[in-house]
Amino acid sequence: MQWEVVIGLEIHVQLSTKSKIFSGASTAYGAEPNTQACTVDLGLPGVLPVFNGEALKKSVMFGLAVGAQINERSVFDRKNYFYPDSPKAYQISQLYYPVVGEGHIDIVLEDGSQKRIGVTRAHMEEDAGKSLHENFHKQTGIDLNRAGTPLLEIVSEPDMRSPKEAVAYMRKIHSIVRYLGISDGNMQEGSFRCDANVSLRPKGQEEFGTRAELKNINSFRFVEKAINVEIERQMDILESGGTVTQETRLYDSEKNETRSMRSKEEANDYRYFPDPDLLPIVISAEEIEAIRKTLPELPDAKCARYMEQLGLSEKDARALTVDRDMAEYYEQVQQAVDDAKMAANWLLGEVSAMNNKNGLEFKDCPVNAVQLTGLLKRVKDNTISGKIAKEVFEAMFTGEGSGGEGDADTIIDKKGLKQITDTGAIEAIIDEVIANNPGQVAEFQSGKDKLIGFFVGQVMKASKGKANPGQVNQILMQKLRS
Amino acid sequence: MYNKTIAELSAGLEAGEFSSVELTQVYLDRINSLDEQLNSFITVTPERALEQAKNADIQRAAGNAGILNGIPLAQKDIFCTKDVKTSCGSKMLDPFISPYNATTINKFNDSGAVMLGKTNMDEFAMGSSNETSWYGPVKNPWKQDAVPGGSSGGSAAAVAARLAPAATGTDTGGSIRQPASFCGITGLKPTYGRVSRYGMIAFASSLDQAGPMTRTAEDAALMLNVMAGMDPRDSTSVDEAVPDYTANLNDSIEGLKIGLPKEYFSEGLDDSVAKVIESAVKEYEKMGAVIKEISLPTSNLAVPTYYIIAPSECSSNLSRMDGVRFGHRCKDPKDLNDLYIRSRGEGFGPEVKRRILVGTYALSEGFYDAYYVKAQKTRRLIANDFNQAFDDVDVIMGPAAPSTAFNIGELTDDPITMYLSDIYTIAVNLAGLPGMSIPAGFANDMPVGLQLIGKHFAESKLLNVAHQFQKETDWHLKAPASFK
Amino acid sequence: MSRLDKSDVEKIAFLARLGVDEQDMPEYAANLSNILDMVEQLNSVDTDGVKPMAHPLDAVQRLRADEVTEVNDRENLQSHAPETAEGLYLVPRVVE
Repeated sequence: MQWEVVIGLEIHVQLSTKSKIFSGASTAYGAEPNTQACTVDLGLPGVLPVFNGEALKKSVMFGLAVGAQINERSVFDRKNYFYPDSPKAYQISQLYYPVVGEGHIDIVLEDGSQKRIGVTRAHMEEDAGKSLHENFHKQTGIDLNRAGTPLLEIVSEPDMRSPKEAVAYMRKIHSIVRYLGISDGNMQEGSFRCDANVSLRPKGQEEFGTRAELKNINSFRFVEKAINVEIERQMDILESGGTVTQETRLYDSEKNETRSMRSKEEANDYRYFPDPDLLPIVISAEEIEAIRKTLPELPDAKCARYMEQLGLSEKDARALTVDRDMAEYYEQVQQAVDDAKMAANWLLGEVSAMNNKNGLEFKDCPVNAVQLTGLLKRVKDNTISGKIAKEVFEAMFTGEGSGGEGDADTIIDKKGLKQITDTGAIEAIIDEVIANNPGQVAEFQSGKDKLIGFFVGQVMKASKGKANPGQVNQILMQKLRS
Repeated sequence: MYNKTIAELSAGLEAGEFSSVELTQVYLDRINSLDEQLNSFITVTPERALEQAKNADIQRAAGNAGILNGIPLAQKDIFCTKDVKTSCGSKMLDPFISPYNATTINKFNDSGAVMLGKTNMDEFAMGSSNETSWYGPVKNPWKQDAVPGGSSGGSAAAVAARLAPAATGTDTGGSIRQPASFCGITGLKPTYGRVSRYGMIAFASSLDQAGPMTRTAEDAALMLNVMAGMDPRDSTSVDEAVPDYTANLNDSIEGLKIGLPKEYFSEGLDDSVAKVIESAVKEYEKMGAVIKEISLPTSNLAVPTYYIIAPSECSSNLSRMDGVRFGHRCKDPKDLNDLYIRSRGEGFGPEVKRRILVGTYALSEGFYDAYYVKAQKTRRLIANDFNQAFDDVDVIMGPAAPSTAFNIGELTDDPITMYLSDIYTIAVNLAGLPGMSIPAGFANDMPVGLQLIGKHFAESKLLNVAHQFQKETDWHLKAPASFK
Repeated sequence: MSRLDKSDVEKIAFLARLGVDEQDMPEYAANLSNILDMVEQLNSVDTDGVKPMAHPLDAVQRLRADEVTEVNDRENLQSHAPETAEGLYLVPRVVE
């Protein structure tokens, strides 16, 4: 039987506010346990939540960015369940009236075509604390620092048909929230997490199959792997005539398998009702418009502009605009050097390669835009060749220089990498090469044109790469043909 | 001295007739010698009280004394009080020493008032007789076989017995007004949102409201002046200007339109209580008020509506009592569910359990629309009735409770009849209106309270109407024989 | 008539993580049934088109400025906690 995969994602994005969604405690990551858990976060008797307006603003920004309807009136509900990382035994969330309604984003498929994925809704809620399962006197320790951190839960339509599409969707959402500056998107720290609903149905069938929910997947790589193994698991069941159980499953990245989380299934009745401690969240059309005006240029618009204004290919424009940090870096360099293609080639080539090799995010690249600008200017004015420039770049990458535009010059000087453009000096080297290789000269002159490459190589080698390649070519041809 | 009102005591302090330390000592001595009979306090805080009194005297000497400076007060044990046990009448919170102050406590501290201690109450304010307290029932100072009412029964008994000049209470379905009625004192439940709920342990968040329990309307105005106001820590507190509640006490009530809901004078109302209320209404007529019969046709829906909404909210509000971060924890839990189930099973009493079960059921899958949403709709019908009535009248009056105080143990086996003792007060909470109970006379030697209901934020009007009555009558000055 | 039996009460009690003594179950079942019967009265009223009322006043939520106003107060907050170690609240071992 031919099976079709149906995937929907629920992405939890930590909104980057300074204080928590319902209290004035700090949201900073990595503090000592429970030092950022105040009376409200601990759910002490008598305390009350007060809503952080910044969480609303950031949520609305997201809604606008995905073309969604913004609900002028939204309501917080309580989701009731007992668990030690949920101090009030309820989570404040939005079930019935979420702040963001239906929207959509476009993803690019492997073949370069676009596909529209629906966003069902996005709602605000509070994060839970953390259970530490190490052995504290044979008990579990509870750290409530994270409890009350604002989250935006973004729910997609079940529109994805392969793990790759799911990853593309997740990357696109990640890209958007980073562009908007509403989340740091840090996956290691849990600021961007994903649950995946996965089901299979016979190809051509309209009705959805029974789904399993994969919980808390915290990297792009694991999303693909987790969905893949879940597809295999479900296919095995269905092919052997069995039925898939609707349940929550946990992905174990070490064993590369999913397993049932029965504990979460137990008496799953959340008894949602509107939180009587909070009043309806109301935002006017004027306020929404004011927020719309603050939206930055988003990846799709930026990509289109790069193609149109800067003449970049779609592939390059797309690649440069995925990451807001990269795009900003690019624009800074491109404007200073005034060469869109050169800047693009460098960013997508050398800079990305070095970052990848060192496992760095773009924002952590040790060479800043000003330094790279200084370097590319020297390529443009022929002070150094492109090849030498890579050497200079590597030096900068490993920490040489002070972070300024003059770094390239300093390194070029210090290492004596300046291009030789003095005709006399180049002629002297060429004369020596010609004198040392009489056999090749004879062959060249008898018509073996390809040997020009050999001579250029010899000259560049003798000049330690510093001779201007254009001049070398020209003088060589003169001398060899004469 | 202990028969004086706050207004009189404040004048005495200002005139230098006595110090706050002396005054505080008088009340501490009375609590010490008399409260054994009543059980109106869960915790008495003598050292703290005398320390506060000393500071109050220093403030006064420095010329920084407000009206409440140096006045001893009793606080219902529902208000979190830093470094003092805050039990809410429950074994669950018997170990809870609050690490912070409720806004109301902070406000009284800032005003220079002295806290004598924390008063007894029905467990988590769930009860109408003070019999559900883990610390044992409170006795009615007028007749010790009788209940003081609830849930603010300790506060009502303490004020009636002159163990404190005034106290705080909280009212979710009548918990200030019904005990005020049973004990013959003045109790005011303000408009929902008038007084901060921060640090007041929540029973039903959309109904709870704190207010003063005093001997006179004037004292209630003085207390409310301190308590009222928007609190940034309580989203449901209202950002509405706080007037001086004493400013209109002496306004004439000539021409005041009083509505008497016919539903409040029908079956279920004790005849002797009805007579007292009728004569109180006549008194108002004498003072120039105009009496109109009105109808609140959905009155019969108030109790059932309340017994969905309040338990639903409480089932969720009380879930945080899980034995993890504070409060009672069972011995040697074998796993997580055992920890929850036993800690909560041991920590809560039967009435609290009953309401948690009802609320959990009402919110559970498949029943939410039929119970909770339905009750929210009938709640609106009830509120609409009041709105309509207030088109024609300024104040609504009626009994605060269908009977005088019943006997201890009389209704404990019959939760529903117990619930019906709040039949006249509950609708006011559902609509969020201000309500008062003031002493209006006696039936079978037990006090009867007249209930006054006003429009939203009409506390000044209610206090004015109450004060005018107290100028013409002396029911509010009567003290129970053994506590005179 | 809403008649709840012992097993209904057991289910609800578990949902609420509320220990109820075996011998008290029938009484709770009866209490709950009576309360639900009383509540049945609400069904006699037509509430079609009535907007549910969650709050007594038709107010909207105030927005708090995004400022850190709370400082570390762990020692005070944990001083009366049932069981803590190394700054953590302890519960019986949770198996994921």
